Amino acid sequence: MRNQYIYVAIILCLFAGSLFVALPLDHPAWLEEGLAPGVDTQRDIRDLTLGLDLKGGTQVLLEAEISEDQPLPEDALNSAKIIVEQRVNGLGLAEPTVQLQGERRMIVELPGVKNPDQAIETIRSTGQLEFVDLGGFPVRPDDFINTTNRPNAVADLQESIAAGEAAPQSIPYPEEAFETIMTGDILQAVVATQDEFTFWQIQFDLKSESSGDFFTYTRDNIGEVLAIILDGRVLSTPVINAAINDNGVITGDFSQEEAESLAIQMRYGALPVPLEVVDVRTIGASLGQDSIDRSLQAGIVGGALVLLFMVLLYRLPGILATVALAIYVTLNLAMYKLLPVTLTLPGIAGFILSIGMAVDANILIFERMKEELRSGRSLRLAVETGFSRAWPAIRDGNLSTLISCAVLYWFGNNFGASVVKGFAITLSVGVLLSMFTAVFVTRTFMRSFLSQQGEKLLGSRGLLGY
Amino acid sequence: MYRLVERRRLWFLISLLGILPGILFILWNLSLTGGLLPLSIDYTGGTQWEMRFEQPVAPTELGGVFVEAGFTDTKAFHVDDDRTVQVKFKNIDMAQKEVIEQAIVDRFGAFDERLYRSIGPAIGAEVSQAALLAVIAASVLILAYIALAFREVSHPFRYGVAAIAALVHDVLITVSFLSIMNLVAGWELDALFLTATLTVIGFSVNDTIVIFDRIRENLRRHRGEPLATVANRSIIETAQRSIATQVTALLVLAAILFFGGSTLRIFMATLIVGLISGTYSSIFTATPLVVAWEEGSLFSRARKPVRAREQTAAA
Repeated sequence: MRNQYIYVAIILCLFAGSLFVALPLDHPAWLEEGLAPGVDTQRDIRDLTLGLDLKGGTQVLLEAEISEDQPLPEDALNSAKIIVEQRVNGLGLAEPTVQLQGERRMIVELPGVKNPDQAIETIRSTGQLEFVDLGGFPVRPDDFINTTNRPNAVADLQESIAAGEAAPQSIPYPEEAFETIMTGDILQAVVATQDEFTFWQIQFDLKSESSGDFFTYTRDNIGEVLAIILDGRVLSTPVINAAINDNGVITGDFSQEEAESLAIQMRYGALPVPLEVVDVRTIGASLGQDSIDRSLQAGIVGGALVLLFMVLLYRLPGILATVALAIYVTLNLAMYKLLPVTLTLPGIAGFILSIGMAVDANILIFERMKEELRSGRSLRLAVETGFSRAWPAIRDGNLSTLISCAVLYWFGNNFGASVVKGFAITLSVGVLLSMFTAVFVTRTFMRSFLSQQGEKLLGSRGLLGY
Repeated sequence: MYRLVERRRLWFLISLLGILPGILFILWNLSLTGGLLPLSIDYTGGTQWEMRFEQPVAPTELGGVFVEAGFTDTKAFHVDDDRTVQVKFKNIDMAQKEVIEQAIVDRFGAFDERLYRSIGPAIGAEVSQAALLAVIAASVLILAYIALAFREVSHPFRYGVAAIAALVHDVLITVSFLSIMNLVAGWELDALFLTATLTVIGFSVNDTIVIFDRIRENLRRHRGEPLATVANRSIIETAQRSIATQVTALLVLAAILFFGGSTLRIFMATLIVGLISGTYSSIFTATPLVVAWEEGSLFSRARKPVRAREQTAAA
């Protein structure tokens, strides 16, 4: 029986550990990084990750708008993603995401966006690239300026910032409007390349009809800065070193990533492919909060009813099962943070349903135990037989639920049915964990309780409820 | 001993009464629209828009704005309270949405956009296809699973067919339920309804297996008893477990149904109906079917009691 105490100790450690993870505390760095090596290193495991249907926000599915049989230009979607990401980051939202899905689609998530329609328009809009004469004013990349081509760029931006629809930006000269020399139409091709010393640079070719004007301007302004601006935002501020006729290079202290990103933005001031909105899903913040409050209420009421039912029907074993259930709930929450699982409304429903399933295993065991007791077996034997006889039914039952979950998970991978996925994930995590708590944890508790108090229990049918 | 499986005609009649509305509805719908069941925008594409106003707004008046704008088949109804209206209509583009939004604000005042969903017809078609595949995949996997679970019984095929009959029964019952609720409250078959149905299939097979498992055990223990008696005994022995399981599942589901808000209502109601049907069918459909088949009275009225000895002899 000494083994039982080791098991009890292991279970208690596991419980304490999962409780520590599950509670909204500050966790040491090694736990944040070591146990949750997610895609997002900035992820904070103090809080559960909530889906857009709970925290409010907009999810958009964009599709490349060219006919099905026509192949997309190579890398077009990747380039589009970089541009969309930049525009999304300009919206000033907490943790927006852009993900490619399949060959021609991308999912954009905009949590907490206030004006979804306008945000979507901003994302899909065709941007404009300009070459601007700064007239000697010092400007840094990412600054916002007016140009003669877009004299209201700063005013529009300030309005959006005031309305909370754009992130605050650096605006060094709100009153100035700098002269636009040329727009992005003059560019024929732009690529990031390496020079003979393997430094990254951006190489560009001009369209033949524009090269004359560009040559004249660069010849007359050697030594001056020619800023490259996209939709009012400064991308780069190269200095003209020589007159440029057909092609030129921009050099600087670029990393490969910076060079490629700049090249893509110069190439596609406009998106490389038009993007079509094929699916929009907006959940208002108020509905999200309602859903959180309501599922919390439902979880508490449902959980309390189940516990009451278990204790009334099965007495002492019911109480032990209740303790196992508390461990079960904590383990689940800890798993959600570690995996991580993004909680959605159907996901919460799956979790609450899995509480019912976890209890089901205990019911199978306890019913079997009662039967064995009634047929006159000793208490210890009845407990052991109860667990061993009930096991095949528990295993088979959970397996059939897991089969359903696997199919549902696959089905939920379709964008239109993505609500289904959250349900499948929490239900299957729940079913797997319940096999551990309902069988191993409850049995360990029963055994160690029996070895302590078993003799007294023999005479009391009331405590065992048979 | 209770005579449960002997009264199978009664049980089958009850099942038939439960299934009939769904079948009638499907036929009616087929002649009316050419589709089997009314599908939600998850499958057809379309727009769903929920607005909460400062003061009560009548759905018909709000729907009128959409009809004026040319969306003639707009459906509008209250959700949660009389200030919140949900509208369903065809696909719409951003410019049209802006115009309608302005018209609504002009007439009813500012509103809080609680939910807006717009699905292109192409996505809807993809989801439909995936749904069909999901149902086929689930059926095949569950079949394989049943074959595996009953490989040691004398007639595994008969047990398997009975278990499948039970889960088809449950699916038909949820379809019946949806049909009735469609007439009463305009419910449609959405992605979560399919989820509920596939979950019910998993639970139903589970219930059936628990009883069949007990029959298998009792056949060994009580050799010489007629199969009907063994089946009755097995049902009674597992009844308390079935009821207890059912009650706990229903307690949590009912809690979500009543407190969980409108988003999950169809999902939870379908799960509840399906779970009850799953327990009923494992006791009153699957088990009597197996007994009838083994007695040879499934297709003819002749009765030949089968003894347990013959059952286990082949095992």
